[in-house]
Amino acid sequence: MSASRPSFFVRFSLAFAAFFRTLFDADFAAGVRDLRLPAPEPEPEPVPLREADADAAMQLLAALQRKGRFLDFLGEDVSSFSDADIGAAARVVHDGAKLAVAELFDLVPIRSEEEGSEIELEADYDAHAVRIVGDVRGQPPFRGTLSHAGWRVAAAHLPKLAEGHDARVVAPAEVEL
Amino acid sequence: MSSPSYAIGVDLGTTHSALSEIELDLSEGEEVAQQMFSVPQSVAPFQVEARALLPSFAYIPHEREFPAGSLALPWNANPPLLLGGLARDLGAKTPTRLVSSAKSWLCHPKVDRRAPILPVDASEDVARISPLEASAAYLAHLGQAWDAAHPGTKLSDQELVITVPASFDPAARELTAQAAVLAGMPGATLLEEPQAALYAWIARTPDFRSQLTPGDLILVVDVGGGTTDLSLIAVLEEEGRLALSRVAVGEHILLGGDNMDLALAHAVGAELRAEGKMLDPWQLRALAHGCRAGKEALLSGAAESDYPLAIPSRGRHLIGGTLRATLRRQLLDRVIFDGFFPVVPVDSRPRHQERGALTELGLPYARDAAITRHVAAFLHRQLDATAELPGFESARGTFLHPTAVLFNGGVFKAPGLMDRLRDLLDTWLEADGAPPLRVLEGADLDHAVARGAAYYGYVKRGGGVRIRGGTAQAYYVGVEQAMPAIPGVDPPVRALCVAPFGLEEGMTADEPPQQLGLVVGESVRFRFFGSSVRREDVSGSVLERWTDEELSELGAIEATLPADGASPGDVVPVRLSARVTELGVLELSAISLEGERRYTIELDVRSD
Repeated sequence: MSASRPSFFVRFSLAFAAFFRTLFDADFAAGVRDLRLPAPEPEPEPVPLREADADAAMQLLAALQRKGRFLDFLGEDVSSFSDADIGAAARVVHDGAKLAVAELFDLVPIRSEEEGSEIELEADYDAHAVRIVGDVRGQPPFRGTLSHAGWRVAAAHLPKLAEGHDARVVAPAEVEL
Repeated sequence: MSSPSYAIGVDLGTTHSALSEIELDLSEGEEVAQQMFSVPQSVAPFQVEARALLPSFAYIPHEREFPAGSLALPWNANPPLLLGGLARDLGAKTPTRLVSSAKSWLCHPKVDRRAPILPVDASEDVARISPLEASAAYLAHLGQAWDAAHPGTKLSDQELVITVPASFDPAARELTAQAAVLAGMPGATLLEEPQAALYAWIARTPDFRSQLTPGDLILVVDVGGGTTDLSLIAVLEEEGRLALSRVAVGEHILLGGDNMDLALAHAVGAELRAEGKMLDPWQLRALAHGCRAGKEALLSGAAESDYPLAIPSRGRHLIGGTLRATLRRQLLDRVIFDGFFPVVPVDSRPRHQERGALTELGLPYARDAAITRHVAAFLHRQLDATAELPGFESARGTFLHPTAVLFNGGVFKAPGLMDRLRDLLDTWLEADGAPPLRVLEGADLDHAVARGAAYYGYVKRGGGVRIRGGTAQAYYVGVEQAMPAIPGVDPPVRALCVAPFGLEEGMTADEPPQQLGLVVGESVRFRFFGSSVRREDVSGSVLERWTDEELSELGAIEATLPADGASPGDVVPVRLSARVTELGVLELSAISLEGERRYTIELDVRSD
């Protein structure tokens, strides 16, 4: 019976009954309210984001500064110097920072193909390591042109740190005696 | 001592040290499981990083220079000396606390190598160390690092080989062996570096047998950071099998890649000075680094004609303060080719310019920087080196003709220098009607010595081609002839041969029949000589006179006979006996004829 659809007259009398009962019966009214509101969404689970390790970042900064004077370079106002002066300093930074990075990381390209060549991405391609851009539609396999081969750290060799290290000192002051 | 599981090769270099390991269980025949060991070392206070090379530098820190614990290593919370890359970097700004080139001091016969003399120009509050202690410290660092990385295994239990320059004299070899003992590696065998380089080539050349034929003579030219080392290795056939024999080694030449880079830096620095730009020593070192990179780029064709250099300022103002300079091809040609590799005729000889009388206590750097002249002199002096060998034609022409060459050492990362030397050798050979040289290719220039040393440790345990060598010189003791004293005239000295050429490891030379009288209770010094050309002398041969080409004087040797049993001042008749230990160290002893007692003769005595 309850599963059947009530006729117009049954609905008419039900409406009146509901009207008055809603008006005078607070409990019933609460039930009607809950009936009308959409079911509440479940609370979203908080997504835990990892804190990046500041010590390791400062270690990298220290290595770039020690070998390549990176912070000194960034600290300068380049607009006040000639290109030649900037170029000379850039050699220091490039040579040193390159060495620093090479000592800390083994870097390999993510894709071995030549940049500019046509490549195909299989259905199970790793969206983490390959980003598709441009006319993005349809389903993989995708065909496209490799515009950047990417970089991946194959191994990191961060220095081991002794107890008591204050990573915030990325370049000590120097006093000549 | 448990049975070794590794063969370990240690390259104890003048500027860099390295360690290579072969896992014996995983190696079979010529299939060798070999790798370089990355050496943890301080790279900045509190930071330890593993690098393929350990720079051979020691820094003696001031007690307040670094925070407590900042130089800790995984195996030592408070090392007394700072070694490796950080030591070298700090020394650029504080040179009075930096020990460098300890290996060159170790073979300096004019100083007491057990006395704390390094750094030479240290201030009085620096606790100096001896060349022996410095060498031991580098070895100990390698050993402790290796032990820490291989729990349950100890380096001292492994098959251990340490390399020395072929030109090291017996005293320097013995000191190296003693440094190994101090470093807790008493069983280390010594191997000459050029031989190690050839072992490394053999290890990485699967078809080396087809590349070598009996009658070949391989010239090994090893130009490291601080020394140039020459050797000749003959290829023989014995019972149908390929055999190698090291037939000659060159003189000790204190001259290497670092000298070249510094010479370039001085030349470029002079150009800057002419423009009114002054460099401090730290900037000069930065410039030398840049010059090395420039040299390698220009001589490999990677850069065209000029290589731009930048010398950073010391303060924060990098952009305005960085000095610009250019390493011009022309300057490079003048300094490197004309200075170190000049095209010279094969009959040219190193020049021995006399130095001022007031020379400071310093290292006896080669007086002639021209490596090509040293090579020419070596090949001329060794003209007869292969005369007695089966399968070798008797010498013709004016110098000994090598048929192949193996280049080793970081200098040859600039391929242009390899070409230069090979072309010159070919010119010399062609003029003598001999065929051009073959180059033994595929050397790993930085690591070949350590790798080859480990490979030698491996083949020593079984199978594989070994290079036979023995002593590269015959050794002589100077014996004064009895004659009335004439003021101002030294009594004539005869040279008594105590160890013949080619005395091999584990062999004892025949005792020379001559008896000498030693005074009991006193130290008696003898002059000591070596000859790299007198192959025919036997123990007991006596030379009345000789040329400088034939015999060169080594440091003095000293015998002390304790007075027990005899009264001081008594003269005891002795015979001299020489042997080469299994580890490759020459041992001289005096044997008293009454009572057959044996007294060790010290090889490393300061001559003053």
